[in-house]
Amino acid sequence: MAHAIEFQNVTKTFQGSLRNAVDHINFTAEEGEFITILGSSGCGKTTLLKMINRLYEPDTGKIILFGEDISSMNPVKLRRRIGYVIQQIGLFPHMTVGSNIAMVPNLLKWEKEKTDARVDQLLTMAGLAPEEYRNRYPAQLSGGQQQRVGLARALAADPKIMLLDEPFGAIDSITRARLQEELLTLHRGMKKTFLFVTHDIEEAFKLGTRVMIMNEGHILQFDTPEQIILHPADGFVSSLVESAREKERFWEKFK
Amino acid sequence: MYHLIIDYFQMNSGRFLTMLTDHFRISLCSLLAAVLIGVPAGFCCVRFHVLQKPVSTAFGILRIIPSLAILLLMLPVLGTGAVPAAIALILLAIPPILENTIAGLRDVPPFLLETAGGMGMTGRQVWMRVRFPLALPLILTGMKTAAVEIIASATLAARIGAGGMGDLIFTGIGLFRTDLLLIGGISVALMSFSAGIFFHLLEKIILKYKRF
Ligand SMILES: Nc1ncnc2c1ncn2[C@@H]1O[C@H](COP(=O)(O)OP(=O)(O)OP(=O)(O)O)[C@@H](O)[C@H]1O
Ligand SMILES: [Mg+2]
Repeated sequence: MAHAIEFQNVTKTFQGSLRNAVDHINFTAEEGEFITILGSSGCGKTTLLKMINRLYEPDTGKIILFGEDISSMNPVKLRRRIGYVIQQIGLFPHMTVGSNIAMVPNLLKWEKEKTDARVDQLLTMAGLAPEEYRNRYPAQLSGGQQQRVGLARALAADPKIMLLDEPFGAIDSITRARLQEELLTLHRGMKKTFLFVTHDIEEAFKLGTRVMIMNEGHILQFDTPEQIILHPADGFVSSLVESAREKERFWEKFK
Repeated sequence: MYHLIIDYFQMNSGRFLTMLTDHFRISLCSLLAAVLIGVPAGFCCVRFHVLQKPVSTAFGILRIIPSLAILLLMLPVLGTGAVPAAIALILLAIPPILENTIAGLRDVPPFLLETAGGMGMTGRQVWMRVRFPLALPLILTGMKTAAVEIIASATLAARIGAGGMGDLIFTGIGLFRTDLLLIGGISVALMSFSAGIFFHLLEKIILKYKRF
């Protein structure tokens, strides 16, 4: 069985930049994994993600999804098979919630009944009553509800791979904790591979079946949360783990 | 005065209607032509970056020239009648439509374009389903500005034989007939006002999402 995602020696340099944004990266991810990518600002997380749906093209190396080299695939078709959610959510303000969710099915020319049923199914799954929310516009939703719709939209055509770039970055911590739980439940119920970018260490360790820690375009460590905490690969990773412990101790004081 | 106006309508209602429809027709045709030129030109400016500077500069200059001057400049080139008048009105109406189209298409947030592409829209679909719909409010504003300018300037177009309410106003000036001036002036003002209302309602109907 082929890997869901495989990076072979992938490098990306932006024009006018001296440093590689993503530097000779190798890794594999299996179907059904929830991978969180953790790293400080500018370390190349977004770049890595956008190469998977070919919003960026790597300069060297290969990216292989389910055994197929993506450089030989039609980018438009590829993208319709991958779910993509960003921090700004990107709901289309001139379309109703229903039309937003129906976007990829419509691009794929699904039949109307099938699309409508799918929209209602996803709204229900996102905890939004279809009769009430289907015909609303994004501006009539709270930030948390918008992000739920953003997730529902990305899941619409049942993609095998989901790319999530700090989807909860702009959401208050209470709603965020709830959305994290919902996302975990969602992921458990389906055999999809999630790639979830964050720079919140707790979020990364709470959600990820494996955590990828990046710095300056490199992968420092890619392992289960337990292994990373027990055996940090280098000084950077241990200081990261230490900083999380520090925070923990801060809250302990008030118990 | 009141009597004079009543008298005028009793005796010349047919003539009045002709002038009104002439005025309306030339305004509408000019506006439609300006939209058909201005919106695609705006699209080209945003799509092909190199075009933006020269095109907007050219129309910017056009904008500084007063409408009467444009009308009179048309005279030696195209002679008199409705066609040269319409051309002058079109030239006048393009800049607001062009500028608003450019601003509307250009100011769509990059993250929305990226999401659209990331979902698997083709380049064409991104234009048709995201960029143009989101630019529409500004394009409509440009059309409203253009419509009001056209209706006002079409009055001057009577000077080069295009007909319309301007005929009545210029006759009024020539004969020192305040009643004719009033009838003409108020009719033009009402037409302008109606155009404004029309676009307002149009926005309300087709831009439902803007209400929230
Ligand atoms: N379109 C671009 N053009 C030029 N340089 C870019 C571009 N996108 C990213 N970079 C550069 O590449 C590097 C990696 O950027 P990237 O966006 O992948 O970081 P990130 O890990 O997602 O950061 P953040 O957490 O702030 O989102 C940075 O140094 C950035 O300046
Ligand atoms: Mg990023």
